[in-house]
Amino acid sequence: MELCNCIEPPWPAGELLMKYQYISDFFIALAYFSIPLELIYFVKKSAVFPYRWVLVQFGAFIVLCGATHLINLWTFTLHTKTVAVVMTTAKVLTAAVSCATALMLVHIIPDLLSVKTRELFLKNKAAELDREMGLIRTQEETGRHVRMLTHEIRSTLDRHTILKTTLVELGRTLGLEECALWMPTRTGLELQLSYTLRHQNPVGFTVPIQLPVINQVFNTNRAVKISPNSPVARLRPAGKYMPGEVVAVRVPLLHLSNFQIHDWPELSTRRYALMVLMLPSDSARQWHVHELELVEVVADQVAVALSHAAILEESMKARDLLMEQNVALDHARREAETAVRARNDFLAVMNHEMRTPMHAIIALSSLLLETELTPEQRLMVETVLKSSNLLSTLINDVLDLSRLEDGSLKLEIGTFSLHTLFRETYNLIKPIASVKKLNFTLSLSPELPEFAIGDEKRLMQVLLNVVGNAVKFTKEGSISVSAFVAKLDSLREFRAPDLISIPSDNHFYLRIEVKDTGLGINPQDLPKLFMKFVQSQPTKNSSGLGLAICKRFVNLMEGHICIESEGLGKGSTAIVIVKLGIPGRSNESKLSFVHKVPRNQVKPAFSGLKVVLMDDNSVGRMVTKGLLVHLGCDVLAVGSGDECVRVINHEHKVVFLDVSMPDVNSFEVAVRIHEKFSKRMDRPLIVALTGNTDRMTKENCRRVGMNGVLLKPVSVDKMRSALSDLLEKGFFVESK
Amino acid sequence: MEIVGQLQKQYVEFSTSLYREGFLDEQFIQLQKLQDESNPDFVVEVVSIFFEDSEKLINDLATAIQQQVVDFKQVDAHVHQFKGSSSSIGANRVKNMCIALRSFCDEKNLDGCLRCLQQVKHEYFLVKNKLETLFRGISHLKENIDSFFSFLIHHFFRRKK
Repeated sequence: MELCNCIEPPWPAGELLMKYQYISDFFIALAYFSIPLELIYFVKKSAVFPYRWVLVQFGAFIVLCGATHLINLWTFTLHTKTVAVVMTTAKVLTAAVSCATALMLVHIIPDLLSVKTRELFLKNKAAELDREMGLIRTQEETGRHVRMLTHEIRSTLDRHTILKTTLVELGRTLGLEECALWMPTRTGLELQLSYTLRHQNPVGFTVPIQLPVINQVFNTNRAVKISPNSPVARLRPAGKYMPGEVVAVRVPLLHLSNFQIHDWPELSTRRYALMVLMLPSDSARQWHVHELELVEVVADQVAVALSHAAILEESMKARDLLMEQNVALDHARREAETAVRARNDFLAVMNHEMRTPMHAIIALSSLLLETELTPEQRLMVETVLKSSNLLSTLINDVLDLSRLEDGSLKLEIGTFSLHTLFRETYNLIKPIASVKKLNFTLSLSPELPEFAIGDEKRLMQVLLNVVGNAVKFTKEGSISVSAFVAKLDSLREFRAPDLISIPSDNHFYLRIEVKDTGLGINPQDLPKLFMKFVQSQPTKNSSGLGLAICKRFVNLMEGHICIESEGLGKGSTAIVIVKLGIPGRSNESKLSFVHKVPRNQVKPAFSGLKVVLMDDNSVGRMVTKGLLVHLGCDVLAVGSGDECVRVINHEHKVVFLDVSMPDVNSFEVAVRIHEKFSKRMDRPLIVALTGNTDRMTKENCRRVGMNGVLLKPVSVDKMRSALSDLLEKGFFVESK
Repeated sequence: MEIVGQLQKQYVEFSTSLYREGFLDEQFIQLQKLQDESNPDFVVEVVSIFFEDSEKLINDLATAIQQQVVDFKQVDAHVHQFKGSSSSIGANRVKNMCIALRSFCDEKNLDGCLRCLQQVKHEYFLVKNKLETLFRGISHLKENIDSFFSFLIHHFFRRKK
């Protein structure tokens, strides 16, 4: 070899350097072979490694590198051509694989990097979720606390318990040092400390309600942190303590009146209480948001619970009041009933007591009139009689009226003849009208049914009263009575709400008009006419009860009565409308028709006719009783006058008195019987049985008001005809 | 059959004679009219009561008249009763005697009263006798009629067999 101008001259391979190279190559090869083994081991261990192909490639690359270096070991000494070829092959292969690997790595390294990014992202997300979980748990706990608190608060309806429980539970849940409630005073100008947790007896501190801190709290529905030094929070003895944070919240006090208006409670009428909560001092605790939320929720619940308690209190008070009122009303009712009963008893007794002497006066005055009297005496006795009659009528009216007002008066319904009713009224009033030279006419509409169902006696009473009044107050002119069937429009004219029912097949409305040309009535006095005891004109000398009673009777008959007048001196018209039934088309009530049966029929039905017989002769008594029983009567036979008066009652229609008894004055008995029955209608007919035919006896009998005289012994036929005459006409004349 | 007819005839004759002789009058017929199914023994009952009453009255009258001082009012009262009951029965002659006795009482004629009372008693017993006979006759008649009918029925049924 020639020496050249190189920097370093080529030197033959030193022994030492050769050795070191040899060793290094050996170790490199070793490393290059062991790395893939390690890689394979680790890859086998991890299942998730995604890039196995890359590893294989990498492994191949390293193996070949190792092979190259291994083969290099043989080139240190002289070597054959084969070794050179193998060496070359290995190097070529290594070059190929390594280039491929390099290319591959370019692809996969970004992916590997992004994996790392994703891992970081997921970690962040996990941390976030953890935080949220923490929050939810906190909220749930808060909710649980609230539910528990609410349950405690709502489990009672007593206001004090509610408030006390609230404070206690809040104190426990939130670990408070002090908890206080300030309520507005009655005036609404101050807040008074009402409840505290630790202080056992709050001493009635008050603070004015217009403090800025209080206004601040009242203006928001959130819990507000306030300074521990504000007057509402200064509840602990000041000292070396570092006071804990204080929070205040408003508690709306709802009143019943808040809910009565359409919109929900208006803010203007709200009253609030103040709840102050203090954390323990020296604890460096802070109010957390969820704790504040808890406090707000509790405050609302307390408001609701308090309103419930208030409503309950009010309803309890109302109920107690009602009970008291009930008791008082019951008491009053019983008193009223007692009073009514006492009045009725009194009236009944007084009436009876009053009637007895009354009838004695009337009877004896009448008898007196039959004797010889001077004209003066006669006038006096007539006046006595008239006054007593008037008084007797008044007494009857009073009893009637009281029974009418009680509602204890019942109409006695029966079938009667309308024509007869009017005819009798006409006959009764006509003489009086004639005496006063008044023109008195009666006109009955042809449409009027012949018979009607109603209370004949009382209808007659009403009619007599009205017509009598017309006659009384008419000095000259005429009186006209007209009766017809009322048409529907005339009913409506009265606008009376009770005349709703339309005339049907079963009943009709009878309309009676009584027109007179008399004194007339002042229009102002018209409403007072039917009131009791009110006299409109000084000339009126009626009892003052007559029209009132008429009105009540007419009302009972579902009718209407009124009097119209144009004014004083212009006459008046009385209109009476009553509801009557029509016989024959509906169920008829019992027919009281005894007088309609013709006399010639065989054995008229006296069946069940209740009579009393007085005769002290046992044989005569038995014979007469047998006679009456044979005719079908229900006979009660007595032997003395006293017994007769005692046993007679309103059911007996006829009394037979033997007047030939020497011991007993039968006339006196007759008078006593008359006295016993005040009403003409209830009185039984009295028949005298006598053996005397002289005129004196007959006169006496007539005078005491006996209805007939029978001469003993009485034959069956005579008795029969006498009885039928008696029942038909109310008297009989004995035919010899 | 014949017996019934005979008895009937006897009864009718007897009762007719009573009326003819004035013992009984129209009123007794009226009494009989009052007897019906509901009151089958009416006449007998009334007459029995009349007998009881009358005997008592007669005793009272006798006592009253035999007093030291005769209370004519009392006597009159008794006679009045007697008159009433006898006229209710239809005992005509008794009634007339009572009327006579009353007029003697009014006059306060003691002798007259005594004599009249005797006659009243006499008449009473007469009519009592007659009535009793009448009733016996009636019951006799009734018995016979009953037996006659039962004979008829018996006979009828026997023949049926």
